[in-house]
Amino acid sequence: MTRFLAWTAFLLGVLYFLLPLVGMTEFSLKMRRGEYSFDAYRRVFEDQRFWDTFGYSLTLAGATIIFGILLVVPTAYWVRLKLPQARPIIEFITLLPLVIPAIVIVFGYIRLYNTSSILPLTGSSLGTDVLLTMGYATLALPYMYRAVDTGLRTIDVATLTEAAQSLGAGWITILARIILPNVLVAVLSGAFLTLAIVIGEFTMAALLNRPAFGPFMQLLGANRAYEPPALAVIAFAITWGCMGLIQLVTRFSKHERAKV
Amino acid sequence: MPDANMRRPPKLRLPVEWLGILPFAAFALLFLILPTMKIVVGAFQSPEGDFTLQNLIDLNTDSIRSAYWTSVKLSLITALLGCAAGFAMASAVVFGGLPKRLRSPLLTFSGVASNFAGVPLAFAFIATLGPAGLVTLWLKTEFGINLRAMGFNLLSFWGLVVTYLFFQIPLMILIIIPALDGLKREWREAAEVLGATGAQYWRMVAFPILFPSLLGTFALLFANSFGAVATAFALTGPQLNIVPIKLFAQIRGDVLGNPNLGYALAFGMIVVTGLANVTYIVLRTRSERWLK
Repeated sequence: MTRFLAWTAFLLGVLYFLLPLVGMTEFSLKMRRGEYSFDAYRRVFEDQRFWDTFGYSLTLAGATIIFGILLVVPTAYWVRLKLPQARPIIEFITLLPLVIPAIVIVFGYIRLYNTSSILPLTGSSLGTDVLLTMGYATLALPYMYRAVDTGLRTIDVATLTEAAQSLGAGWITILARIILPNVLVAVLSGAFLTLAIVIGEFTMAALLNRPAFGPFMQLLGANRAYEPPALAVIAFAITWGCMGLIQLVTRFSKHERAKV
Repeated sequence: MPDANMRRPPKLRLPVEWLGILPFAAFALLFLILPTMKIVVGAFQSPEGDFTLQNLIDLNTDSIRSAYWTSVKLSLITALLGCAAGFAMASAVVFGGLPKRLRSPLLTFSGVASNFAGVPLAFAFIATLGPAGLVTLWLKTEFGINLRAMGFNLLSFWGLVVTYLFFQIPLMILIIIPALDGLKREWREAAEVLGATGAQYWRMVAFPILFPSLLGTFALLFANSFGAVATAFALTGPQLNIVPIKLFAQIRGDVLGNPNLGYALAFGMIVVTGLANVTYIVLRTRSERWLK
């Protein structure tokens, strides 16, 4: 009986999750009347805006990841090493982006950093890009911080630091050559998750008026029939790729540890 | 050690260590806390900058009230259904006697699906349940069932519910599977030895233990759906009357005719998700006290 119910629940779930995936794939192949073809994909790949916006979002994702690592790794390390009493506050702050909706945060940015403010970031496109990167770093903060903090938990931060210090290492050396390599898997997991979040993000990019991949997809969706499902298939493949890479690095590290 | 104290009085030592989190504090202040404060303060300011409650009073129109009500309803229903369906799938895999091989693919897939939100997700559902979608056409040609005639429209409230579940259920699965793993076999055996039925074990042992994580996930799913813009916008465009879409339109083009009303609208969103999380924290501390 339990087994029967379990299978029913599981298979219904699988059906619910598979149908949209099958639906979008099938629809994306239907552009040519009467037969399946990759015409919709060709159209998408021929569109220069696809490459421009995709490249833009990829660049921003890269900037977000680098900034996120530079911000989170030293902070999480320092809190573990010297400031355990600050932990609850820091954890609370890193969880805030899950509570405050992204649209509210970006609304705050627009009003706080407009052209008549002290820091007029929205005045230039470079400034807006910086602002968008910071916005993405905020969105990714809960995931990045958790990943890195979990990674730090598995190593003995204090001993490693003392050992490095007694060999004459400075803070930057300790962080770059001792701590970072030890939590690399966690950092990479956070990085790929950030990539998955940033690459198709719509709200912040649209409201800051930047030519990112998310707004481009939305625009195409409002005007075309067959390209949008093709984009959905591509986006799904990217998300799947990011998650696959996370699993890959995790498995790889286990393998490495086992050998040692 | 008196020596160390003399060389370095504790008064001076403390701030030096706090300096280490200065970059993080600056980032959080500039890009998280100050922008939010700006919204909160703006909600209580007139366009001239004086203190006023008028913006909040102005929220009390039919259109805005119904937007909040629809948003809260949408978030409650998708969080509830997401929790229920996610729990069913997770417990099927953990306790239901399903092959162990299914577990890892389910977790991987959940990781992917919970991140497959926004614009592409809307496209996937339009291609499936939209007017010309796969399932819609299939039901019509094979069974003569016309979804539209039956009152189902993807670009409506229930269409949004069905779509949101695609990221709500996996999120629940991801969070609840570790919690289910934490239920020890001994507890179940102990309950059985004392003569408990399966239902009693769940009601009196497992559920109270899981309660905090269930609640936490519920609050998270609620906020997740309450703040979602992209999926709804790509699905229905700017028409659907839910708060994030209204705020989106307001930021883009000041549709409310009063910029400070936008602050009030956004402030209302913070209050709702904030309340959801405060409820969660209160209930959680209560249930944890009970557990001890």
